[in-house]
Amino acid sequence: MSTPLSTPLSAPHDTKAPAVRMTGIDKRFGPVRANRGASLEVRQGEIHALVGENGAGKSTLMKMLAGMFAPDGGTIEVGGRDVTGWSTAQAISAGVGMVHQHFMLVPTLTVAENVVLGREPVGVATFDAARAIREVESLCEQSGLHVPADRLVADLSVGEAQRVEILKTLYRGARILLLDEPTAVLSPPEVAELWKVLRRVRDGGATIILITHKLDEVMHVTEHVTVMRQGETVARMATRDTSPEGIAKAMVGRNVDLGVKVAHGGARAMGAPALEVKNLVVRGARVERAVNDVSFAIQPGEILGIAGVEGNGQTELLEALAGLRPAVSGAMSLGGFDITALSVRDRGDVGLSHIPEDRHRRGLILDYTIADNLILGQQHRFTSGAAIDVAAVMAHAQAKITEYDIRPTEPLLAARTLSGGNQQKVVIAREMSRQFVALLAAQPTRGVDVGAIEFIHGELRNAREAGKAILLVSAELREVLSLSDRIAVMYGGKIVTVLNRADASEEILGPFMTGARREVTA
Amino acid sequence: MGALLFFAQTIRIAIPYLFAAAGGALAERAGVVSLTLEGFMLGGAFGAVLGSYYSHSAWVGLVVGVAWGLGLATVHAVSAIRFKADQIVVGVAINLFTVGITRFFLQLAFGSSSNSPRVAGFGGEGVAGAVGFLTNPLIWMGVLVMPVVWWVVQKTTFGLRVRAVGEHPMAAASVGVPVNRVRYVAVLASGALAALGGVYLALDQHQFTDSMTAGRGFIALAAVIFGRWDPLRAGLACLLFAAAETLQIQLQAAQLIPSQFVAMIPYVLTIIAVAGVVGRSRAPAALGRTED
Repeated sequence: MSTPLSTPLSAPHDTKAPAVRMTGIDKRFGPVRANRGASLEVRQGEIHALVGENGAGKSTLMKMLAGMFAPDGGTIEVGGRDVTGWSTAQAISAGVGMVHQHFMLVPTLTVAENVVLGREPVGVATFDAARAIREVESLCEQSGLHVPADRLVADLSVGEAQRVEILKTLYRGARILLLDEPTAVLSPPEVAELWKVLRRVRDGGATIILITHKLDEVMHVTEHVTVMRQGETVARMATRDTSPEGIAKAMVGRNVDLGVKVAHGGARAMGAPALEVKNLVVRGARVERAVNDVSFAIQPGEILGIAGVEGNGQTELLEALAGLRPAVSGAMSLGGFDITALSVRDRGDVGLSHIPEDRHRRGLILDYTIADNLILGQQHRFTSGAAIDVAAVMAHAQAKITEYDIRPTEPLLAARTLSGGNQQKVVIAREMSRQFVALLAAQPTRGVDVGAIEFIHGELRNAREAGKAILLVSAELREVLSLSDRIAVMYGGKIVTVLNRADASEEILGPFMTGARREVTA
Repeated sequence: MGALLFFAQTIRIAIPYLFAAAGGALAERAGVVSLTLEGFMLGGAFGAVLGSYYSHSAWVGLVVGVAWGLGLATVHAVSAIRFKADQIVVGVAINLFTVGITRFFLQLAFGSSSNSPRVAGFGGEGVAGAVGFLTNPLIWMGVLVMPVVWWVVQKTTFGLRVRAVGEHPMAAASVGVPVNRVRYVAVLASGALAALGGVYLALDQHQFTDSMTAGRGFIALAAVIFGRWDPLRAGLACLLFAAAETLQIQLQAAQLIPSQFVAMIPYVLTIIAVAGVVGRSRAPAALGRTED
């Protein structure tokens, strides 16, 4: 059993040695070299950021540290001890705990059951549920991570679920915590809470390694930052000696415009809206009214951003607009034309483009080529007689690959082989190159690197300048703030407020996103 | 007295369902599809008759029957867990294989293509009516099996791991739960339990007849689904289905409705129950999935 926060560093550890030292790490997955002589050095008791574009090899490096697989070359030291190639079980018992990007929680079990799973307190021949709850409650108390121990994980908010993940590592006595993009799914108040907890855990003597894409987080909470690019470690800096621009430059290898350009829309001509939704009600998979009486209108040349913690009806709203999910009641119109009863394809033909939130499930057919993915949904425009006009498809692909800088530039490669950012460019190239009046952009930059983010944001701004109406749904509040002319917050299936960009900030939006504030607009 | 007889007959009919559904609930909660219950039961029934015939002891029959169930379950577990085969396909294959292999050994051992000679069972013979069946130990085991499986699933460390493995095997593996080992144990236990259902069936009739389980394994699986994968609720579903069957037998005797329609009652009830309830219930999330 473990009382991690009160135990001092175990004796055999050399307190002078760095908590973690990884040197010359090589790792291959088939033809891909995920790590090429990567290194990482983390001091005892610090919060250390590991940043880099997608595919830079950060997660690979962390998974080797957590014992999920062994490096092909190089050495891993923890507390001065060579642990290269250890197993997950050995890593856990040596106090290295990983909080995965995708939660490793069993939704049908309680918080306490999830925390103790694999190390269950045993009573008389059986699982001692009462003791599990007591132990987890006292751990909550010590760590300041408050979660009701007897609640089912399925009933928790995302922020609470993450606390359970951290509790799991602490229960196993973790002294070194690895967190893989922990804030990707959190609302601003939850993020603030997380930093508080991590600092407290750190002050208790633990070492924390944070993988993140968000440079403001790096500046805010870390002492040191290690930057990776293409499998190599390219920089290690003291956070206070650098800037977001400096880190971004190291990540991409060139200057990057991180500018939060405040949108200059606002005083646009109030003509007929390009996209209008009236009293829309949509049924969700679990919730009867996942979208509950939502109305809004977007003018041509306007970006309406929808902020909100995921799972508050955004997905269902987009699916209903795209025609993937039927509306229970209400109406949707495009350029004054009622599209409520139209099929997905007909909506596309009358001028609706859609960047789906999950590019693997909805945006691409991963085993199709880039060329084929670029005409998905528009294949009826690339025919000669009954057959697909292959020459036209290829010409189209070549043109788009150049125009959107999709790499590699080979149109016959399967979409699966591309990086996340390039996959997303394929989706965006397809949706932007058709004639459209309005664009639904769902999580357009999820899981793509800073370079691609810059590009995609540019495309969205260009579309706005070209007079398109854009509905932007994003879990990244900063993205919503930097692109939108107006911002609506969704909570519990309703739009709880609509603000002009100039009136909005993270601090103002936060309480609406968590449901702490609401002002139902007419 | 009529009510007591109805109750007694319901219990009697329910026992094979209870054993098989108990096995099904356990394996499915661990994430392995239990289409094989039918085969496990049939194998258990044949094994029981073989054992009882050669030893003149019902207890030996029970042991041999369970061994058949374990053997078939091993095949299922190895193909589903070790080789990650499609569990539905393997399940259908095992069921068809069991029909064939029992028919083959029926011919070989007893020289008949339809039924075995009479073998020793667990008492109840000559004792008429409602009380006679109480002397059969399998009745008592069958009545208790669901509460026991419920206790195992809900209250033991093994049960906690079974539930975790059936819902989110990756999460379980990430904290060091041996996912495959848990699944092996659950599937083997389901083979033994379902086989006991077959043992009861065969020894109650004192013989094996070709394909004698007649879809009972599937009805037991329906009971598991109807009971939303909860052993206690699945047990109640077994009793409900058994009551419908008893009703059918008594109505058939009364000659009020064409017997074919009456004979449909339990099956129609199964369809209605499963179709009506499944929409609102949720299977273990990792059911049938072994990729990792």
